[in-house]
Amino acid sequence: MLYRFVFLLAGLAGLLAAGERADAHPHVWVTMTEELLYAADGSITGVRHAWTFDDMFSAYATQGLDQKTKGEFTREELAPLAKVNVESLRDYAYFTYARMDGKRHKDAFAEPVDYYLDYDAKETSLTLHFTLPFKEPVKAKTLEVEVYDPEFFIDFGFAEKDPVRLVSAPAQCTAAIEKPNDGNFPSSLRLGQSFQTSEANAGMGASFANKISVKCP
Amino acid sequence: MLLLAASALTAAIAQVNPLAAMRQPAATGIVGWILAEQSMFYRALSGLIREAKTDGSAYWSLIGISFIYGIFHAAGPGHGKAVISSYLVANEETWRRGIALSFASALLQALTAIAIVSIAAGLIGATAKMMGDTVRVIEIVSYSLIVLLGARLLWVKGRGFLRALHAVRSWTEQHRHVHHAHAHHGHDHPHGHHGHGHTHSDEDHDEEESVLPWGHAHGPEPEELAGLGGWRRGLSAIVAVGLRPCSGAIIVLVFALAQGLYWAGIASTFVMGLGTAITVAAIATIAVGARTAAKRVASTRAGYGTLALRGMEVGAAVLVTTFGALLLTGYIASERMGMF
Repeated sequence: MLYRFVFLLAGLAGLLAAGERADAHPHVWVTMTEELLYAADGSITGVRHAWTFDDMFSAYATQGLDQKTKGEFTREELAPLAKVNVESLRDYAYFTYARMDGKRHKDAFAEPVDYYLDYDAKETSLTLHFTLPFKEPVKAKTLEVEVYDPEFFIDFGFAEKDPVRLVSAPAQCTAAIEKPNDGNFPSSLRLGQSFQTSEANAGMGASFANKISVKCP
Repeated sequence: MLLLAASALTAAIAQVNPLAAMRQPAATGIVGWILAEQSMFYRALSGLIREAKTDGSAYWSLIGISFIYGIFHAAGPGHGKAVISSYLVANEETWRRGIALSFASALLQALTAIAIVSIAAGLIGATAKMMGDTVRVIEIVSYSLIVLLGARLLWVKGRGFLRALHAVRSWTEQHRHVHHAHAHHGHDHPHGHHGHGHTHSDEDHDEEESVLPWGHAHGPEPEELAGLGGWRRGLSAIVAVGLRPCSGAIIVLVFALAQGLYWAGIASTFVMGLGTAITVAAIATIAVGARTAAKRVASTRAGYGTLALRGMEVGAAVLVTTFGALLLTGYIASERMGMF
């Protein structure tokens, strides 16, 4: 009888805990196009992101901004917003995680450079461009870059057309992508544990990670 | 019969429980499905708001989708379900009040979202950053209120637990004494025992009066709480949980405003709130049901049953406080607002 009572309590506690356990559901969608930048010596110097936000979030983000022409925003008008964006992105490690030769690299990136926002009046969508330079140029034979929000407030996804480009890469280098829905995604859980920013939502976003693998044999 | 009911509930809860275990392989199972579904509905909203500008029938789809999104959205983690459920369990509330609380807090959530966007974006022309900062402040107030609510419950229920503990101790002592000393004379009443050489403090005496020999009279009964004070406390729970608006509602409202169809956004927000309320109310009802079952089980054992019940209430009060503290410190990520 006491067991039953204890079971009941445990079940209740579990139910309650479930409520607040992992508050993860996206409100922002990002379609991304990624470029890996190479130096003349064949090392990788950085990652250039182009993240296009969904129309609802774009409307929200541009709310109240000064504009000369209604329905349009110039790069200059968006400059202050772009600055806020990249500055707050620092707290989230730019949602960009690197592995070199299979080893995760926690502090791989320097401060972002060359950042700006574009507004597509036809699609009513914002695109954030920024380059994350590696602190040290990467000479690893394999590099994996993952982009995801561990708390899954933002749902990242690759663009359908040309999602990844290698810029001035040596001829033998190849890039491949893995999408979250690909069955062959065994490393996501381990990665989630290593990079999580919030214990409570551990691994939640990692299961939605998008992976770029670059091999230069 | 009671045990049957209790075990049925246990089974029911065990089936709901996988929700809790969903944290690692998130994209599979119930939560994954919920996430996928609600994303689809949420993304459909922008298209429908656009369509509604030219096609009147899109309004109905917008309302329908908003409703379903509300249900799914709240079924996904968060949105005060845990706080409300724990509060109901800790505070011995009825399911009726559980449902009322769920609906009231969801309504308040919708109203805060509408108020923020109407004033900030509609009237002042504030930027997203300003709105985000506003939500941030509201969030801190809301989570602090949850902590206070939990602390208050902890204080009240903690004392109830200690009383029950005392009662069990003195009951056990007395019981032994009764068997040793003399024939059982019906249901022993506490007053009768002073002559047997027990030394009781005044405090103990009070507890005995209320607890022995049935072990069922304890802290204030729910009926006593349901007065004005009770409703005022209910109000504090509503405010604590409902003050913080849903980020999704704010984004939808701003989008509708930008599309020149603000009232469609308002309608959508209210219907979303209705959907959310239904889900939260359902979960709150399960929590209250489980509690009632636990109480039935507990009532079959005098003294210890009461103690366990008080313990459960303290546990639920601890949960409320913990949720509040975790939310406040950002350990549990709430919905982010602002640019990222």
